[in-house]
Amino acid sequence: MSGPLLQVRNLTKTYGARIGCADVGFDLWPGEVLGIVGESGSGKSTLLSCLAGHQAPDAGEVIFATAEGPRDVLRMTESERRRLSRTDWAYVHQNPRDGLRMGVTAGGNVGERLMAVGARNYGSIRETATDWLGRVEIAADRIDDRPRAFSGGMQQRLQIARNLVTGPRLVFMDEPTGGLDVSVQARLLDLLRGLVRQMGLSVIIVTHDLAVVRLLADRLMVMKSGRVVEQGLTDQVLDDPQHAYTQLLVSSILQV
Amino acid sequence: MTDHAYNFAYLDEETKRMIRRAILKAIAVPGYQVPFASREMPMPYGWGTGGVQVTAACLTPGDVLKVIDQGADDTTNAVSIRRFFQRTAGVATTEATTEATLIQTRHRIPETPLTADQILVYQVPIPEPLRFLEPRETETRKMHALEEYGLMHVKLYEDIARHGEIATSYAYPVKVGDRYVMDPSPIPKFDNPKLSDSPAIQLFGAGRESRIYALPPHTRVVSLDFDDHPFTPSKADHACDLCGAAESYLDEVITDDLGSRMFVCSDTDFCRTRREAGQVGRLGGTLEGEAA
Repeated sequence: MSGPLLQVRNLTKTYGARIGCADVGFDLWPGEVLGIVGESGSGKSTLLSCLAGHQAPDAGEVIFATAEGPRDVLRMTESERRRLSRTDWAYVHQNPRDGLRMGVTAGGNVGERLMAVGARNYGSIRETATDWLGRVEIAADRIDDRPRAFSGGMQQRLQIARNLVTGPRLVFMDEPTGGLDVSVQARLLDLLRGLVRQMGLSVIIVTHDLAVVRLLADRLMVMKSGRVVEQGLTDQVLDDPQHAYTQLLVSSILQV
Repeated sequence: MTDHAYNFAYLDEETKRMIRRAILKAIAVPGYQVPFASREMPMPYGWGTGGVQVTAACLTPGDVLKVIDQGADDTTNAVSIRRFFQRTAGVATTEATTEATLIQTRHRIPETPLTADQILVYQVPIPEPLRFLEPRETETRKMHALEEYGLMHVKLYEDIARHGEIATSYAYPVKVGDRYVMDPSPIPKFDNPKLSDSPAIQLFGAGRESRIYALPPHTRVVSLDFDDHPFTPSKADHACDLCGAAESYLDEVITDDLGSRMFVCSDTDFCRTRREAGQVGRLGGTLEGEAA
């Protein structure tokens, strides 16, 4: 715990003349959960995909504390970055179909990252996969079913298991609860919160659902038109919003 | 039109040059799929257009050509390609593996060990071993470039999860010289061990997919597997009913509608050579007249 896990400096991505995100900077510490909220088109997904290396930003630095010391991810070779993204990093897509291999069984999906880093023992791969299915509350007898046969909530949990199986240190989540009904959302959040605490994960979670960040995130960043307009502790930002947009966002929630 | 209207071995010299360049590159980077400008051939895709182009580019007037289709010399694909080169190149042809200098094959490697004087040309339908798991070509190329082959094991994992063992029995993925994962074309996995350390040059041509790849002589080729589910080259658990060979790859032939069947060598030349040397299998005596 010598320093931040991830340091982001002046990250900028433009689409021609339009701004994707501009001048974003923050530190993420080990074990911390950072929420990024904002309306559609505010640049939060652009930011996340730049951080995760899915898109190349135009300027800035993303410094990750690798096992060999801090490295700028954007200046790594592609093979190093891809290695990182299947060992120390994980990415949970909004739509489980983007993150899962739909034609491959649940066990194969969970085992893929293990095999990608060199596991070559079928028995132990299967054992780990079974264990992980249990941890995300999927019955062990579904291990040989394909994700198509799963409900939306199960698919999302499977995607989480598949990502966490190699013990990553940093997890990117893009609207992990989007498209799920509220009771399933609640269970998924519960599960995520447990896993994050147990494994001491650092998480960057993008969402437009303030309830999700209230439950999960330690710290919050509010984005508007590609820029960070406010950041601070989650409860502080949500209970005492300073920026006009944040005030609008917080007051837009229906109180049931 | 007379047969002389064709250039030697059908293709024009510039095309052969282009294909030879691709072949040289393929040999220099074993297992790497080299793109080439595949030509329309006077036969349908799936009939060996890739193999035919590679053969045409390698053929010289002094060559002796053998063509194999599923091990046999006398089935449609073999006959049509052999005739094609007889007409367009006028080269000598043979059915004997030992006499051939260039062998084009579909789905088999001859049982008779190859020598350093021979070239084996495979016809390949789908050259990309990762294709059925990763449909994007851009992505599979990247995976080859970065040596990310975990996905290949996912396929084998799926086999074991569904069938209790690695059920892939043909086109079994191999790793070439500790670097590229390669699809050995749809040969039975029984033939996989013959790929490794062969003294002959092995060339693979995929016409529709416009790819050529190669195994130079004496290249190490390893079939992928798991520690606890090792690779096993499998064959039907019988001896050939014609020549009695116990170690050759067998075809199962249904002989009537009452469940009678016989097993015969899929390599017809190997079987005939053994029978001519006096080896007789279970039913070999009764069928003597037909086989001759």
